[in-house]
Amino acid sequence: MTAPEADTSAGLDAQAGAGEGAPVAAGRGFLLLCQTILGIGLLALWQLASGRLVDSFFISNPVDVAQRLIGWIADGSIFLHIWATVYATLCGFVIGAAGGVILGIWLGVSPFTSRLLSPYLNALNALPKVALAPLFVLWFGLGIQSKVALAAVLVLFLVFLNTFAGVREVDQDLVDSARLMRASRFQVIAKVIMPSALSWVFAGLKISVPYALIGAVLGEMIAANRGLGYLVQYSGSQFDTAGVFAVLIVIALLAMGLNAFVDLIQNRMQRWRMTGR
Amino acid sequence: MIDLRRVSKSFRKDDETVDAVRDINLTIAQREIVAVIGPSGCGKSTLLNMIAGLYVPTSGQVFYKGARISDVNANVGYMTQKDNLLPWRTVCDNVAFPLELSGVARGERVERALGVINHVGLKGFEHRYPHELSGGMRKRVCLARMLLYGAETALLDEPFAALDAQLKLVMHDLLLRLANEAGQTVVLVTHDLMEAITLADRVLVCTRRPAKLALEQRIDLPRPRDVLNVRFTKEFKDLYDVLWERLRLEYQEDRL
Repeated sequence: MTAPEADTSAGLDAQAGAGEGAPVAAGRGFLLLCQTILGIGLLALWQLASGRLVDSFFISNPVDVAQRLIGWIADGSIFLHIWATVYATLCGFVIGAAGGVILGIWLGVSPFTSRLLSPYLNALNALPKVALAPLFVLWFGLGIQSKVALAAVLVLFLVFLNTFAGVREVDQDLVDSARLMRASRFQVIAKVIMPSALSWVFAGLKISVPYALIGAVLGEMIAANRGLGYLVQYSGSQFDTAGVFAVLIVIALLAMGLNAFVDLIQNRMQRWRMTGR
Repeated sequence: MIDLRRVSKSFRKDDETVDAVRDINLTIAQREIVAVIGPSGCGKSTLLNMIAGLYVPTSGQVFYKGARISDVNANVGYMTQKDNLLPWRTVCDNVAFPLELSGVARGERVERALGVINHVGLKGFEHRYPHELSGGMRKRVCLARMLLYGAETALLDEPFAALDAQLKLVMHDLLLRLANEAGQTVVLVTHDLMEAITLADRVLVCTRRPAKLALEQRIDLPRPRDVLNVRFTKEFKDLYDVLWERLRLEYQEDRL
C-alpha cells in the first residue's frame, strides 16, 4: 500500500538540487555537461576494456552494440518486438487495473466478504506472481495472452491493495450523511466512496506501471516468439552479447518513456488533487 | 411527531458494556425546537443518531410520525460540528447534492441551489471548494443544503461549537429564521446553556453517562427572538438560573 502523498518519482535529481541557492540555472547546465562526459567516459572505458582487460565475448563493446541496434532499426525487426511488448504491457495494465479497482471497491464496501477472503488474498499476494508464469503458458498458450495475464496479475494486486485502503479510508460520516439524503447504495459508492478513494487509486496505478512491463518482459522470456523479452533471451542463447546489450538498452528506454508518460498524466491530475484535499 | 419510548442504548467494546442512554421517554411536537443539554460525552449525540436511524436502540422504540424507525430516517437533515461537505465538490454542487441524488435535472438543481446559497448569504462563493471557505461559511453551506433538501426535521449536533461567540449569534439568527420559514422541527444537542435557551422552546437537561432526562424546562420567551438582546432580559436570567442549578450538579459530581 502506498499513501497518495508518497512521492516515488522524486529520485536523485531532486536531492541533487536541494540545498543549493541561487546558482541553480548555471548548476544545471554544468551538471548536464558532467553527466554527458561521464557517459562518454564510461563508453570509452567499455570500448577500451573490451578485448584487452575482459574477453569481448562477455561484455561485447559499444560499437558492436550500436551496429546491432542500427541493423535492427534498419530492417525494422526491432519495432515488431517493441510493439509486442508495449501491447502486452498496456493490455495487462488495463485489465489488471480494472480488476484491481473493482475488487478493491467491492471488498472495501463488504466488511464480511473482505474478512472472509483476507487469508486467501494474503496468501496470493505473498506468492511471487512470476511463479505463475508456467501456469499461464499452459492456460493461454505461447501467444500474447500469457504475457498479458502475467502483467495483469502483477498490476491487479498493487491496484487492489491501494484501492482497498482508499475505500477503507473514506470518512464514514460522509457516507452516513449521503444516506440520510436518500442516497442508494450504488449512489454512495459512485458519488462518495469512489471520488474519495480516487487519489489512492491513482497512486496504485502509478506504481504498477513498471510492474506491467516486468510482467510482459518476463512472460516473453519464458515462452514466446516475439517481444523484447524473447529477443533478449534469444540473443543470450545465441551467445550474442552485443544483441543482449542492445535489447537491454531498448528496454531501459521503453521503461523511462513509460515513467515519463505516467508523470505527465500525474501532473495533469495534480490539479484535481489540489482541489480534492 | 418524534416519539422516544423507554429508549436505551449501550455499546459493547472489548467485553465491556457502556451505557450511553438509559430509559428516555420524549415526545417532540411538529415545529418545536428542542434543545438537549448535558456534559460532553454524556450520550446526547447517541440520542440524535437513534432519531436519524443510524443507531438501533438496544431497547425501546423510536417513532417518527407514528412509524417505527427501522432504517435510515431520510426525513431528517443532520448537521454536526464537522461539516460533512464533499471536499471535491464546489459549494453549488454540494448544496445541490441531495437533488442530484433524487434525479433532478442539472439545470433545475443548479438554479434552486443558487437560490438558497443566495438566501444564506453566500452569493459569490458558489464555485469555491469547501477548503477555501471559513468555518462559518461552511456552516452556511450545510444550512443551505439542509434547506434545499427540504428536511422536515433538523438534527443539530453541536453545530456551532467551533465558531467564535459573535459568529455563533449570527448563525443562531440565521437558523431561527430558516427553521421558521421552512416550518422545521429542530432537535439541537449542545453543551452551551446560552445557546440552548436562546434557540429552544424547551430545554432538556441530561445527566452524565448514561444519559437520563433530569429536568425539562419550557422556554416561554416570545418569538421572533432577538438572539443578541434576549439574553439580557430578566426572564432569560431566571430560566438560566433554574437550568444551571440542575446542570451544575452533573459538573460537580464530575470533579469528585
